[in-house]
Amino acid sequence: MKVTLNGKAHEIGDDTSLAQVVARLTSADRGIAVALNGTVVPRPRWETITLSDDDHVEVLTAVQGG
Amino acid sequence: MDDPFVIAGESFSSRLIMGTGGLPSLDVLDAALVSSGTEITTVAMRRIDPAAQGSILDVLAKREVRVLPNTAGCYTAGDAVLTAQLAREALQTNWVKLEVIADEHTLLPDPIELLDAAEKLVDDGFVVLPYTNDDPVLARRLEQVGCAAVMPLGAPIGSGLGIRNPHNIELIVESAAVPVVLDAGIGTASDAALAMELGCDAVLLASAVTRAQKPALMAEAMRKAIEAGRLAWRAGRIPVRRYAKASSPVDGMMR
Repeated sequence: MKVTLNGKAHEIGDDTSLAQVVARLTSADRGIAVALNGTVVPRPRWETITLSDDDHVEVLTAVQGG
Repeated sequence: MDDPFVIAGESFSSRLIMGTGGLPSLDVLDAALVSSGTEITTVAMRRIDPAAQGSILDVLAKREVRVLPNTAGCYTAGDAVLTAQLAREALQTNWVKLEVIADEHTLLPDPIELLDAAEKLVDDGFVVLPYTNDDPVLARRLEQVGCAAVMPLGAPIGSGLGIRNPHNIELIVESAAVPVVLDAGIGTASDAALAMELGCDAVLLASAVTRAQKPALMAEAMRKAIEAGRLAWRAGRIPVRRYAKASSPVDGMMR
């Protein structure tokens, strides 16, 4: 199945966790936040959430700005 | 601490809030932050770049500067609220510089979306510091919904046009019970001094420093201008007069 990760399509297998998809982008253990389909998911829940087809995942961090 | 800047119950000795956008490298940013003396610094929230080298968060942590995430680039209350919630999760802070802009040409705040977002974020437990128009009525409405400060613009973001409507800034200062932070439009040191002379509690600026030819030098200029302007405000300036008033005695002249 297919999910969208930071705007790009990714092919993933069944029973892929949110944590596994986040790990495709970063191994940072702080300073990042994740939204699944427009809702913030706290880090402790990344392992427990299994992604579904067409899910939208956003992984953000702080950059220079403002 | 003499004359601290108090915002949401926290005290700071610096009245300069720095933005960080527009610098070529983290080393230049670090030098500018040090010479600015800032204790609060904004960051933006963006999609993570797996190839990025170094993090602004490391620079800010090293300098013990408080991180203030913004919602720059958001056009709707919904996007701004989600961005603030992501920032809270990523940075472990409930402070947010709330920006909800109307269009990319002017980057002016959209007052309707801004007020809506402010109300929602206050309800969600955020310390909301809204970037707003230089409109005394909107500033009052933002204060009424529970914002911890109001941050009126002097002129559009990055324009360097200075404070286009000092009278409105004075009106906002006169009626606000929360701190007033002049945010956006500062071009050079005299603009920052003027903001403080008008009675603002602090100044937030980025481009004036980050896009100056020598950012660290301009950061020092801003620090001194804000200190000078604050002192002038506390000292109480003389009234403006139409004609001269002699400062030397008029009596005792030889004839």
